[in-house]
Amino acid sequence: MKKVEAIIKPFKLDEVKDALNSIGIHGMTVSEVKGFGRQKGHVEVYRGTEYEVNFLPKIKLEVVIPDAMKDKVISTIIEKANTGNIGDGKIFLYSLEDVIRIRTGEKGEEAI
Amino acid sequence: MKNFVLFTILALTLLSGWAFAEEQANPPSLPAAEQALPAQPAPMEEAVPAVSEAPAPTLDTGDTAWMIVATALVMLMTLPGLALFYGGLAKRKDTLNTMAMSFVTYCIVSFLWIVYGYTFTFGSDIGGFIGSAEKLFLSGVTVESLSMTIPEFIFIVFQMTFAAITVALASGAFIERMKFSAWILFSILWMTLVYVPVAHWVWGGGFLAQLGALDFAGGTVVHVNAGIAALVGALVLGKRREASLKPSNLTLVVTGAGLLWFGWFGFNAGSAVAANGLAGVAFINTNTATALAAMSWMFTEWMHTKKPTVLGLASGAIAGLVAITPAAGFVNIQGAIIIGILAGIVPYFAVASIKPKLGYDDALDAFGIHGVGGILGAILTGVFADPAVNSAGTGLLYGNPGQLITQLIAVGVTIVYSGVMTLIIFAIARAALGVRVESEHEITGLDESQHGEKAYSL
Repeated sequence: MKKVEAIIKPFKLDEVKDALNSIGIHGMTVSEVKGFGRQKGHVEVYRGTEYEVNFLPKIKLEVVIPDAMKDKVISTIIEKANTGNIGDGKIFLYSLEDVIRIRTGEKGEEAI
Repeated sequence: MKNFVLFTILALTLLSGWAFAEEQANPPSLPAAEQALPAQPAPMEEAVPAVSEAPAPTLDTGDTAWMIVATALVMLMTLPGLALFYGGLAKRKDTLNTMAMSFVTYCIVSFLWIVYGYTFTFGSDIGGFIGSAEKLFLSGVTVESLSMTIPEFIFIVFQMTFAAITVALASGAFIERMKFSAWILFSILWMTLVYVPVAHWVWGGGFLAQLGALDFAGGTVVHVNAGIAALVGALVLGKRREASLKPSNLTLVVTGAGLLWFGWFGFNAGSAVAANGLAGVAFINTNTATALAAMSWMFTEWMHTKKPTVLGLASGAIAGLVAITPAAGFVNIQGAIIIGILAGIVPYFAVASIKPKLGYDDALDAFGIHGVGGILGAILTGVFADPAVNSAGTGLLYGNPGQLITQLIAVGVTIVYSGVMTLIIFAIARAALGVRVESEHEITGLDESQHGEKAYSL
């Protein structure tokens, strides 16, 4: 099993979610996060004075999938979250030891 | 190209305003006696001997009804208007403390005003400087007592709401670093030692009233006064560790600005102390100048920093309200248009260009908007006061250059007195309590360190 963690632009969330749903991913965890990479921050102007904002708002999307779906999920996220501009985000891929459904105690891919 | 179009719109509006004013500027010659009338109706004690041959004043139910509403409207300016406007502009960790400053001040002034504030402001004049102590704890004021045509009790509360918002306005410069206890002490001392005498000088029959200074609803008494206190206090307190404007919630700022605008109709139109044509003039002047100031601030900012911000619209509206305050019942609509347009430009540059160069940390621009806007409005009242609107005021454009000098004197006196007294009050507060929170508390935020609460638990 794999865990895919994608940092994406907030406005791309709906598109990515719908696309993942359509290829059979029916569960995910989403959080509002802040951070920066090569894009660095941006500038906000209040009453004529500029202030640099270092951390930009992003969405962190986490999904757990069977190994076989790895390439399809990653290519779907890349396709839908891509704007071609700096700041589109990153995908982190982890190998996952186990998954347990709390209600039934099921383990492994059964529990995804 | 876009900039050029914006500038042209602004310039045309400005020019058309001037042209109107020029057309109207055929100065009628007024008898000197009429010009010397005090700006504000004198309080009862004084008015009685002057009109002894006229029938005794009687209660007017229309005036009374309007003034009850106007008084409640002015209350709304402090709570929640100013509390929301300032609270939304403060950082997330300081929002509640900022709101608490306006809240507690309203409560303090509500009490002290009936104890001694009212009598020292509106009691019989002593030497042009202070009112007498005859109405301590409102002694002698009865259900039958009248101020002009309204119950004196209503007049007392109406004036109290002015005192409260004046003190609260200054808090905008002090936030995110001032001890709450020191702010309470400041509120008590500043209302007592600064607001009360200055209000007496201008409205209570004191020496500035005798001089003929025009201040319809509080340009000098409220805005210049509070603005200078804000500047001096900000200098004494020193810079915040993080001296930046990072609004925690701009939607609260817009809500607060809207409530201030709404309440200001009570402030300005209510200052006619009657439901009459003068209240109508003050009402339309207030709305017109405010709308134009909001737009002119927005367009100025659009040209200067390339973005028309919502905070700019809100700030411009407040600057317009401030500037039209002393003029509301003296100028005609053309005067209001010009005052409004300038109120969006002059305070903008005071805030965006002059403040960063001078480096004082006026956190929410209480000086930049109220001080600068108030001075601008007080001076322009001396230029645009139209005797056809109000026979008590004739400005430079209508052949009375002396009025401009009187306005400058009133502004100068207020600046010096408020500045010096604020310095003394801060020295007292520093000796008694200390004025600034520890830097650790400043970093964690004043909501938690001063009140043990958080504005948002999300």
